[in-house]
Order: sequence, then C-alpha cells, then structure tokens
Amino acid sequence: MSAVITASGLTKRYKSALALDNVSFQIAPGRIVGLIGPNGAGKTTALKAILGLTDFTGTLNVLGFDPRKQRDKLMGEVCFIADVAVLPRWIRVREAVDFVANVHPRFDRAKCEAFLARTKLTPNQRVRQMSKGMIVQLHLALVMAIDAKLLILDEPTLGLDILYRKQFYQNLLEDYFDENKTIIVTTHQVEEVEHILTDLMFIRDGKIVLDADMEAVGDRFIEVMVNADQANAARQLKPLDERQVFGKSIFLFDGADRAVLEQLGETRRPSISDLFVATMKGTYA
Amino acid sequence: MKTFYWLVKREFWEHRGGFFWAPIITGGVFLLLNIMGIITAEVLGARHGINLGASGGLQRVIADMDAGDLSKVGLALDIAMYSAMGLLIVVLGFVVFFYCLGALYDDRRDRSILFWKSLPISDTSTVLSKVISATVLAPIVAVIVGIVVGMLQLLILATTLSFHGVNVWQLLILAHPFRVMLNLVGYIPLYVLWALPSVGWLLLCSAWARNKPFLWAVALPVASGLIISWFGIMGLFNLPATWFWSNIVQRGLFSTFPGTGSLFGSHGGSIAHEVAGNPSLDFMDLGSTYQLLASTNLWIGAVVGLGLLAGAVWFRRWRDDS
Repeated sequence: MSAVITASGLTKRYKSALALDNVSFQIAPGRIVGLIGPNGAGKTTALKAILGLTDFTGTLNVLGFDPRKQRDKLMGEVCFIADVAVLPRWIRVREAVDFVANVHPRFDRAKCEAFLARTKLTPNQRVRQMSKGMIVQLHLALVMAIDAKLLILDEPTLGLDILYRKQFYQNLLEDYFDENKTIIVTTHQVEEVEHILTDLMFIRDGKIVLDADMEAVGDRFIEVMVNADQANAARQLKPLDERQVFGKSIFLFDGADRAVLEQLGETRRPSISDLFVATMKGTYA
Repeated sequence: MKTFYWLVKREFWEHRGGFFWAPIITGGVFLLLNIMGIITAEVLGARHGINLGASGGLQRVIADMDAGDLSKVGLALDIAMYSAMGLLIVVLGFVVFFYCLGALYDDRRDRSILFWKSLPISDTSTVLSKVISATVLAPIVAVIVGIVVGMLQLLILATTLSFHGVNVWQLLILAHPFRVMLNLVGYIPLYVLWALPSVGWLLLCSAWARNKPFLWAVALPVASGLIISWFGIMGLFNLPATWFWSNIVQRGLFSTFPGTGSLFGSHGGSIAHEVAGNPSLDFMDLGSTYQLLASTNLWIGAVVGLGLLAGAVWFRRWRDDS
C-alpha cells in the first residue's frame, strides 16, 4: 500500500529559529508512530504542517492531499487531538455530539454514545464543569467514533493522572486501531507508549535523528550491563551512553556486534526512554 | 447546507446570552418600566383626585374625533409599538459589535480553534456562519422579541385605558401592528447590507489581532482619523476631515447598529424633514427605508465589507498562533 504521509524537504522557519530543517520521511498505513523529541524540537510544527495549520516549504502529501491547499477535504480523513482541554469550555456533551454528528460525514453516533456510556459524563454537562481527564474522555469518544484513516495525537495525556493515561491508550488500542488506520503520537511520557508503538521517530533541532520500526530498534540498539573490570573493554567499542547502576556500568550501543557484547555481560533491549536520553544528550546544554 | 445550519446553530449555542437572553431581558425591563410608570401615574392621579375618563368624558372625546384625529391615535399606538424596538435595537447593536469582535478571536485565545479546525469545515463557511449569525440570526431574534413586546405594550396600554372607561379595543383597530411587523422584518435584509463593512472590519480584527481585538478595531480608525484631522490630509482630496470621520470611522465601527443606515445614509435629511413637518411614520415603511438601496454609500460599504471578510477568511486560515 502507498504511504499515508510522504514528506520531503520539509522546512519551516519561525522568526528566530528553524523549527523544521529539511525533513523527509514516510509513514506507511497501519502503523503507530511515536514522534518523540525534546521541547522545541519541532514536533508540534511537523504535526501542524501535516494538518495544514501552518505554512512551510518543501513537499508534503497526506493521504493524497496537499494540506496547504486541500485542508477541508483532508480533514474528512484525519482526526487530531491537540493537547488536552482544547474543547470549547461552553459546549455541553450533547451539543458536542450533535455538532460533530452533523458536520462530519464519517462520524458514527451510536459508537460515540457507547463510548460515552462507559464514562461518567452526562449529556447536559458542560466542558467547563469537567476535569481534565473527563475532557479527554469526551474528546476521545468523539474522535474514536470517526472512521478516519489518520489520527494525530499531540501530547494527548499531558497533565492526566495515571488511571486516565492508561485507559486512554488502552481504549485506543482495543476499540480504535486496526490495520487501516495510522496513528501518530507525540508525548513525553515515553514509557506509556513504548509498548504500543510500531515505529519510532526521534526529532531534534528540527531534524529527524532516528526513524526506524521497533524491531529494527531492538536489533540495532543493545544495552549491556558490564562489571567494573570489563568497563574499559566496553568503552573501547564506542558506546552511545554509559551510566552506573549498583556498581555496574550500563552501556548503550548502536549497531554493535551482539556476540561481542554478550561476552562483556548481560545484554538486553534498551527502553525507549534510555535511548531517548542517550540520543538527546546535550540538547539543552 | 446542513453543515452551515449546524455552524449557525453552534453560534447560537455559544452566544445564547447575547442573541436570545439580552433582547428578552431588555424587552422585559422595558415592559416593567412601562407598568411601573403607569402605576405611578395612577397612584399620583388618584392621590390628587384626578380620575381621567371616569365620567365617560374620554370616551366622548374619542367619539368626537374626526378621521384626522383618529389617524393620530393610530400613529401614537404605532409609535408605542416601535418604541419597544428602539431599545432593542441599541442592545442589538452592542451585541453584534462585541460578538463580531470575539467571534474569531475567543477560540484562538482558549485554543478551542484546534478542535474546530479538526473538523472538515472550510474557513470560509466558518466565517460566513458568523456573518449570518450577526446580521440575520441576531436581528431576527431581536425583531421577534420586539414584536411580542410591542404587542404586549399595546395590550397594557389598552387595559389601562379600559379601567378609565375607554373602550380602547376599538382604538386598537387604528394601530397598524402588521404594518409595523412587516416594516421591522423587512428591514433585516437592508441591515445585512448596511452592516457589512462594520461586520467585516470587526471580524477582520478578530481574526487578525494577537491580543486585544477591541483596542485594534477602535484605535486604528480613530488614530488615523486624528492624524488625518490634524494634518488636514483630506484637504488633498478637497474633502473636509469630517468626511473621514463619518464615512470611515463611524461607518466602519457603528454600522452594526440597525437604523444608522436610514439616519446617516443619503436620505437622512428627508427623514428629519418629514418628522418635523407632518407627523407620520411613513419613513419607517419599506418603500421609504429601501430608498437606501439607491445610495452609493450602501453599496460601496457592502463591497468593502466583502473585501474585509475575505481578509478575515485568509487570516482564519493562516493565522498560526495556537
């Protein structure tokens, strides 16, 4: 199948800084892509470009549309949750459902009501009376009832407690995601998404520094726990990162020979957060 | 079309206070003040031993009236009905003014624009739905409320008079409620055209300003007016500085107030003349109000308004600050 998103030479310059620096990537259908980067790395700008919310140079094709020129058509196929709490504060649950049901051709009202029935939300409740977690529940119920090809989530669980966060991703996986849909998610809470991602993209200073599927990440990056006496030998192999835990050193290697590493100590697949920290070293320095 | 209907409905939901409750409360206050006035008059009258028409004198006065006098009674009743609308029009002007200023700004400020923009709705429809809400929906509600309040006003007057032995139900026939209604409803299309430059300017500021749209919307024209007056720039075009004030500043900001078209449009003079001469409400008739269609002021304003709206749509599409 053809790619959902094809970007080449994407560049966006704000007055003072380069938010996207000649970025190129492809996203295939049926993937859950984590777009991960430090604050100000250009994540949100990339998403805004995909959604046609900002101008840019370069070429970008989203589901066959140019987001700059065909935004209205594109939004029939794309959904997004940008941040928590962007639902208008005056709207009632009932009004929100009515409105989306009548303006969105791919909205399934019954589905939405079924999702809402699982929450404590009542039809007459206004968004301003809800907690952050409840607002996200409403937004997610609205979005999951739309049969869109691409769902974009920009920090969807920021500021939620762990119950809401877990439930959010669980709902998404169980009731929404299938092989015809693609999800792009940006978040800082990497631990929570790492088990659902199929692809990983690291972005730093407007450039994509890592773009790989999770299997490739597992093959490429290896973490080894090394005893102190072997540490120097490990350092010879040019690790990406080194840290100390309980008197042992943990080294992170990119593309090293697994057999060699296994002689040094116990190997394992690094967590995304460790990989992230190692890759982004020195970003704020 | 269905989408557009729901967009307008959405505006009504959000601005129920301004579009619906403001005219109702105003109308209610108007009626209450009238009733209080009548009660005060009755109390004062009773205290001073004046009882109008108790002896049937007033009834006799009516019986003695000729056709000309009777038409004046009808006129007075029509004025009573219009007077309710007068107050509502002022309120409507303010509601539309501030609605337009906030319409494309408030959702940028609270970032809910990101939700609206996640739906397959073009920015043109969004802006148009706000124009229609301001120039059609709000006036329709105000006119309906105005008509109801006007009728109640007539009934209150009639009831009061009937306590004084006057058979007013016969007098009510002299009023022209249907003509009044027709004139009020019929004025709305004219209002749409006349209000366009103001609505366009306010929506443009609303879509463009990064903060304080009110300040921008008012300060820009007023400041340029001051500069122009100060340096006498209009003299270059052989026009007095007041031309700028009345045709740019006042027209751009206050055309949301219904009736300003008839007051300041090219036929303003003739209204004053008619009012001063033979008292009549003919100037409220559509045949008279629609003479405004012949003024270039109206059409130039409408064209400029459409241009400003196009600007508002552009800023709505590309303003990137959320």
